[in-house]
Amino acid sequence: MMDLRELYQDIILDHGRHPRNFRTIEHPTHFAQGHNPLCGDRVTVYLTLDGDRIADVSFQGRGCAISTAAASLMTEVLKGKTVAEARTLFGQFHARVTGGEPAEELSEPLAEEMDRLQPLTGVKAYPARVKCATLSWHALEAALKGGAGMTVKTE
Amino acid sequence: MTTASLRSVFPGPGGFDPRVLRREFPIFANNPKLVFLDSGASAQKPRAVIDRIAEYYRTDYANVHRGIYRLSARSTELYEEAREKVRRFLNAADPREIVFVRNTTEAINLVAQSWGPAFLKEGDEVLISVLEHHSNIVPWQLLRDRIGVRLVVAPIDATGGLDLAAFEAQLSPRTRLVAITHVANATGAVVPVETIVRLAHAKGAQVLIDGSQAAPRLPVDVRALGCDFYAFTGHKAYGPTGIGVLYGRYELLTEMPPWQGGGEMILHVSFDKTEYQDPPHRFEAGTPNIAGAIGLGAAIDFIEELGREGILEHEEALTDYGVDRLSRIPGVKLLDAGQRRLGILSLDMEGVHPHDVAQVLDQHHVAVRAGDHCAQPLMEWFGLSGTTRASLGVYNDERDIDRLVAAVGAAREMFAR
Repeated sequence: MMDLRELYQDIILDHGRHPRNFRTIEHPTHFAQGHNPLCGDRVTVYLTLDGDRIADVSFQGRGCAISTAAASLMTEVLKGKTVAEARTLFGQFHARVTGGEPAEELSEPLAEEMDRLQPLTGVKAYPARVKCATLSWHALEAALKGGAGMTVKTE
Repeated sequence: MTTASLRSVFPGPGGFDPRVLRREFPIFANNPKLVFLDSGASAQKPRAVIDRIAEYYRTDYANVHRGIYRLSARSTELYEEAREKVRRFLNAADPREIVFVRNTTEAINLVAQSWGPAFLKEGDEVLISVLEHHSNIVPWQLLRDRIGVRLVVAPIDATGGLDLAAFEAQLSPRTRLVAITHVANATGAVVPVETIVRLAHAKGAQVLIDGSQAAPRLPVDVRALGCDFYAFTGHKAYGPTGIGVLYGRYELLTEMPPWQGGGEMILHVSFDKTEYQDPPHRFEAGTPNIAGAIGLGAAIDFIEELGREGILEHEEALTDYGVDRLSRIPGVKLLDAGQRRLGILSLDMEGVHPHDVAQVLDQHHVAVRAGDHCAQPLMEWFGLSGTTRASLGVYNDERDIDRLVAAVGAAREMFAR
């Protein structure tokens, strides 16, 4: 069996304990809730878009160390990105945590952001935990699609 | 199995040695490091059950009832023999009071869908408790939506046990059914069902008991209890999946309409009119889980060979040991379970999600359940999204609890702030 510290790397434990951007945004342009009925985890992702660019992003909710760290790291890498870049990152991230092959080469700055998310890819050895890493991203996707007040369920 | 030898060597508190007994469960030989503390979700199967099912398919299998040929008659006899074993297991008066179903969930749904609309009307009350599993909540909500009964929920007190005074106050002339757990699956709280039945009957209400967690752990005597319905599932009682039992008092069952139509449950069918079988077959439409029933019979033989008083003593001693050891871990709190807790240890590690705890436990080969345990209202009552739950079986001993305690300590070390 894999060493559990591959799953719970220091960066994950740190973001799990002290999540960044863990707050609501008063008047978000977009927000959506992610819910995993299997573990009861809930996360709400808030976005302020300035044109096509993510001016601010934050989250609230409760979840395990992995889902909290994943949401925290997501908000860090997304700030300042365009919507298209956010979707590209999600596509890459999803492929990596599910053990698939990333669809395309990333441009240099996005590749750097993806490296920051690398510690989360430990979940691919634990199929039951993949949803923990992707819940906030699914909520992000729902927020971008639906504007406001969507709930997306993963299980 | 030779219970005599299991009882003579290093007897534990129940008069048997779990370490020796473990040899009867092939899962442990195939998973030597496994510390299995998830019997509350589903128990492991003794060789006697596994072999009995295989033997039945090899030597006696045919569809039951209706068959003229000898093999079918033999199969029918074995199926009905299993019913008799269940009757004995519950000390019911008559095997016709034993209905085979898929599981406890189906047993409760049967009562809600057959007895419910036949005996209840709008404004009648069904009294449940905060301790219930979703399977003893949702069927009554469906009935509420269908015929307008009211669902009343008895609270627990500060100790985590059923609040008997509140329960008594909630019993009203409108209460037609009390549907309550015997042992709460999420906390292990033992409900004083004898008192519940007495109080409910005094008000003219019927009582259904969810015995999922109780049946494998303590002697159940439905006649001494005086309950009207008792439900349990085979797979938590060392039997196979897909087989469960609804006990119902015979007079009640005879007054209940069928809930599923098909073969087996009829006397005569024409396009104008169909006459139904008497219980229990009225409620067993279609080919039943014959091998499951026979496997459950073998599980009951296994339990009775060990001795139900012995199993209870074993579970009580191990529960007490677990409470003692787990409550010494700083930052870890056992969910309160009232005056009496049996077989289930549900814990909350402050600030740490149960799935993270369970992940570390799995790394230590300790198998537990994490989450809301299909008891979201109870979790909400405790202000938690879920817990990490260890549940006991006949094969567990103090060393398993020690391994659990060590693994919980490791989880705390990893996640505690």
